Amino acid sequence: MENLFILIPVVLSFFILVMPTGTRYYYTLSVTVLTIVLTALPAAQVLMNPGSIPILFHLPGPSGSVTFTIDNLSAFFVLVTNFTVLTGLLYAKGYLLSYRRTKTPAQFALHYFSYVWLHFSMLCVLMVHDGTVFLVCWELMAVSSFMLILFEAEKRTTLKTAVNYLVQMHIGLVLLVIAFLVVEAGTGQFGFDGLTAYFSGHPNAPVFLLFFAGFAVKAGFIPFHTWLPEAHPAAPSHVSGVMSGVMIKMGIFGIVRVLTYVQSDAYLIGIIIMITASLTGLYGIIMSVIQSDLKRLLAYSTIENVGIIGMGIGLGAMGMGLHQPALVLLGFGGGLMHVLNHSLFKSLLFYGAGSVYKTTHTRNIAQLGGLIHRMPRTAGLFLFGSVAICALPPLNGFISEILIYYGLFTGLHSASVFQSLSMLMVILALALIGGLAVFGFSKAFGLTFLGTTRSKIHFEENAVTPGMLFPKLLIAMVILLIGLAPVLFLSPLLVMIGDQFHVSPQPFMAPLFQALSKISLVGIILLLLTAALLALRSLVVKPATTVYGPTWGCGYTAATPRIQYTPDSYAGNFTELANPLLHTRTEYRPIAEEDIFPAKRSFIIRTADIFGTATRKILDFLMLALKKIARLQTGNIQHYVLYAFVFMLIIFVLLYLKIL
Amino acid sequence: MTGSLLAAITALFFPGIILRVKSIASGRKGPGIMQPWRNILVQLQKGSVISTTTSYVFRLAPVIYLSTILCAILLLPFPGTPSFFGFEGDFVLFAYLLALGKFLFILGALDTGSSFEGMGANREALYSMLAEPAFFILFGTLALLTGHTSMQQIFDSFQFAGHSSFILGFIAVYLLVQIAMIENSRMPVDDPKTHLELTMIHEVMILDHSGFDLALVNIGTALKFAMYGLLITNFLVPANPGRIIAGGENLLTSHELPVITGSSPSWMVLVQVGVFFMIQVLFASLIGLMESFRARKKLARNPQFIVTLSSIALVAFILVLLITYKMIS
Repeated sequence: MENLFILIPVVLSFFILVMPTGTRYYYTLSVTVLTIVLTALPAAQVLMNPGSIPILFHLPGPSGSVTFTIDNLSAFFVLVTNFTVLTGLLYAKGYLLSYRRTKTPAQFALHYFSYVWLHFSMLCVLMVHDGTVFLVCWELMAVSSFMLILFEAEKRTTLKTAVNYLVQMHIGLVLLVIAFLVVEAGTGQFGFDGLTAYFSGHPNAPVFLLFFAGFAVKAGFIPFHTWLPEAHPAAPSHVSGVMSGVMIKMGIFGIVRVLTYVQSDAYLIGIIIMITASLTGLYGIIMSVIQSDLKRLLAYSTIENVGIIGMGIGLGAMGMGLHQPALVLLGFGGGLMHVLNHSLFKSLLFYGAGSVYKTTHTRNIAQLGGLIHRMPRTAGLFLFGSVAICALPPLNGFISEILIYYGLFTGLHSASVFQSLSMLMVILALALIGGLAVFGFSKAFGLTFLGTTRSKIHFEENAVTPGMLFPKLLIAMVILLIGLAPVLFLSPLLVMIGDQFHVSPQPFMAPLFQALSKISLVGIILLLLTAALLALRSLVVKPATTVYGPTWGCGYTAATPRIQYTPDSYAGNFTELANPLLHTRTEYRPIAEEDIFPAKRSFIIRTADIFGTATRKILDFLMLALKKIARLQTGNIQHYVLYAFVFMLIIFVLLYLKIL
Repeated sequence: MTGSLLAAITALFFPGIILRVKSIASGRKGPGIMQPWRNILVQLQKGSVISTTTSYVFRLAPVIYLSTILCAILLLPFPGTPSFFGFEGDFVLFAYLLALGKFLFILGALDTGSSFEGMGANREALYSMLAEPAFFILFGTLALLTGHTSMQQIFDSFQFAGHSSFILGFIAVYLLVQIAMIENSRMPVDDPKTHLELTMIHEVMILDHSGFDLALVNIGTALKFAMYGLLITNFLVPANPGRIIAGGENLLTSHELPVITGSSPSWMVLVQVGVFFMIQVLFASLIGLMESFRARKKLARNPQFIVTLSSIALVAFILVLLITYKMIS
């Protein structure tokens, strides 16, 4: 069934540019809501009725018409994308309020326009199978997000970061183009549909790895992650939320999409994904723990979560290779469930960090502290998101991680020692990631919101509007719902995975759901116990016998906010342990003996991303080499004519020798 | 449920026994066994002094700390009795529930804005992060050996794993005792008697807790000890003396597994309960003795000590791989 209504928002989106300032936001919101309604309805329909694939519309293309369809895999991603894009836009209204003073209406118009087009391009990426259109949409996605990052382009670092982002996205694009071209060379079809034929006749692993590398740039697997910790902090917070929450998941979608076509080598592919993902997860969380920029910390934690998603997907791919349906379902189920979960709690946390930034004009945790007294609701929601992202029960992060744990423990029983050992290593990685996440987020929440403010900060009054709290509350409710009733979300997901990877989910659903219902039960008991104890507390603790005073200073009475633990001291004992990996450098001059009146001094701790350093080294080498080659560039027309002549001569000789 | 109730009962005298053993070892008569709980009763009735720096997180923290420990105890089976809350992978929930309690507890300490409490919080976070892998490798080992992933079934079939279960049982008990000591901030890593805030972990985190909140934390600590005692009991007490094994299948993993049929004589339960109480008393005395005759480690050496536990667990895993003939054949 064709549904041309879907093109209406595309047409309407252009009017954002000419809307008057007063109505522009609401117009953008209605275009987005219209898009969501038009795509979410068929998506929900597909997920609820397995087997039906609605064709949305055809576009006339150079080689026949291009079909936009929503199959059940894309339906899942369409729903995830739509939700976060909506909460992002709801949050943006309050967040962008203060920029009215500094930004022109044209800049706002361009920002909203790019936002809507980021949404369109992500949806199109999910819907097309044709290679050309897919790559065009992929490119549109990169460009529109580039425009969104550039919102604060007057800052030099933002501009630099955005350009860096655009360059890295194109490296990914080139890899994807090559992968599609290889497939076309083998089958004559440029697009995902050619993969079936290609994979049945050729070795699967090399082309898959090309696709994997291309998509990994977007998803943020190491060593392709270096754009992520730069771009997320530079972008406005609603954009960071959407980019981290859903845009990087397009990379995950691409990987899973290609995996659905893989016919052999799946075990090898799974092992490769699993190793990359474990390293990504560990590296991401280790870097996250030591950051003192709140949004950078969240960005590195995104890398960690991509690692967890990758573990699930790798496990699923191994299951495909081993023909073990349990592994396929638990692996892909856990991975894709984590896609949904991460999109929720990470956007919640980014919106929270945005509210902090708006109130204090800094993201440096070392200057923050005690914000819970100024913004208790934002703090509460940030705490909620932190508990969820640490995968602690009874919230949603735990559900996806326990699915992956199930899969890993199932995979332990295998005929090969190698597999048992590697499964244990991944279990070890996941357990370590869990512990480190608690470490990192106790730092992120504890030092930002608790204690007292560490520096003199000019607080913006009423920077957080109720309109900014509402989308976060909405997300928090979904998080709790997934945590307490995971079966609601998991059963269509498992049916979808079963359909995509040709396994029957039915025999596994009953025991799995039984276990999950026990988890929900324990979660509910936990909440009830907490409520009961709180009620008891309010009965027993009487205001008459409660005295308020300063924090006990262990005998020291001149305590100032500055003696509190800072992010660097909190991470200090961990940095010491992990230093071989981190290369932390401290810059300070100890007080010399002859310094009778020591002057003001500074203490700086720097930690560089080792992959960033490595990339820079390679680039430096390239620059040097290219500079030498640049000597050829004399600016003399005679020389250029000579080059052309030499070039033609070489071609001629090569043709003569039948090498070309 | 049986195990949870029994653990709650033993929690009543557990901290008292530790205190008593420590007093006797140092040549004093010492307070009565119930003294720690008398203290808790007093704390419950007392008013509290609350720091003005704190927020609702500080009040929420002890409450969640206690309720996560209560929920974690509910998950544990008792040898031979079916556990109501058990399910596939319940030990993951067990570990993560404790982590939730710890997370809130750390935040409660940070909420006071005291640099001492920041120190304690940060050490607690690091040590529990380092101890987590040991627990997971241990249960991975057991899952590999028995083919099960729920604690009830793991312990049920653990005793039927042949002679290896003795070695493995020994390693598991050793690891769990050490993990219990770390999680409760006791001797090798932390000393509850220390007087210098700079070197404290647990004690410094509760500096600002008083009255009802302090009582909740102390109840939680007592329960946590009893909880680990129950976990250790599960390794030492056979679940089904005199029962028969038959073939079966794990529904989730579809692996062939031994399944136990038939039932032990009913008086056996009494023996098991008796042994459970003995183990708890022994465990508490062991802690008391360890704390009396052993010095705590330097703080800088703690991470090394904790990581050693993971490597011991890893050795056990390799051992099981060997036993299951995978490496030899």
